[in-house]
Amino acid sequence: MIKVKGFLLLLAVLCVNTLFAQTEATGNIEMADGMRSSGKIYVVVAVLVIILAGLLLYMISIDRKVSKIEKEIEQEKK
Amino acid sequence: MKKDITSAIWWKALCVVLLIYTVVAGFLMPVPALAILHETIRNLYFHVCMWFAMMFILTISLVYSIKFLMNPKEDFDIIASQTANTGMVFGVLGLITGSLWAKYTWGAWWINDPKLNGAAITLLSYFAYIVLRSSMDDEQKRSRVSAVYNIFAYAMLIVFVMVYPRLSQVDSLHPGNGGNPGFNSYDLDSHMRMVFYPAVLGWLLLCSWIAAINIRLERINRYNYNKI
Repeated sequence: MIKVKGFLLLLAVLCVNTLFAQTEATGNIEMADGMRSSGKIYVVVAVLVIILAGLLLYMISIDRKVSKIEKEIEQEKK
Repeated sequence: MKKDITSAIWWKALCVVLLIYTVVAGFLMPVPALAILHETIRNLYFHVCMWFAMMFILTISLVYSIKFLMNPKEDFDIIASQTANTGMVFGVLGLITGSLWAKYTWGAWWINDPKLNGAAITLLSYFAYIVLRSSMDDEQKRSRVSAVYNIFAYAMLIVFVMVYPRLSQVDSLHPGNGGNPGFNSYDLDSHMRMVFYPAVLGWLLLCSWIAAINIRLERINRYNYNKI
């Protein structure tokens, strides 16, 4: 379930990206200043931090599982 | 199981800190306003880092393949093969993200560009490495043949990613070509450097972390296999 949610969020982020990418530059180069001033860039940052934190916590838990198995093997050897 | 750098914690903690910094600073720090690129210049912190991570981990793979040929220890073969596998994942991510970026800046998912084709050829030559390994049952033979092939694949990587796109005769849209190595056009901005270098290190450490877990799992696999 968490994985599905993460994927949907990622998709939403991608869509936002493409919307901004499609606006053409005429005269001034358009940057995401509007989005920044209304504060909504922080939503994207928050989403990405959550995804990244989730993935990194998952990495840590996998790392611990492997360590546990290594310890078991170590004891088995003795 | 032996304790080495793969089970150390400090560099994994550094990885977590650097990646969170990359995501926060990568979106909030100012970037130069450039035509066509607009905000997509921030992809530098993500897309380019995939390739740096791949290059780093494949270099480790090469080192351990050479080590294996000089001294055929099973552990060298485990490290060489698992780092190559992990490197491929990052290479594929680099290719996909590059393709998406190209669509919205150059206008096409794929263009006939020396840098892009070179990267694709490199990935194919490493896929051949994985296929080659899985095609042999005899462990000794598999380790030796794949170590030799790995050196060849790395030579292909250097030629097709580093040398060929930089030849003066070929024009490329991709930055860092035509006798102009590096990312000079982007990198001059000091704000971007403050994010880019930590980002490279962060992704590189994440790649190493995944490789480390793969290596440890493979060691356990081999241990169990040898026990039976």
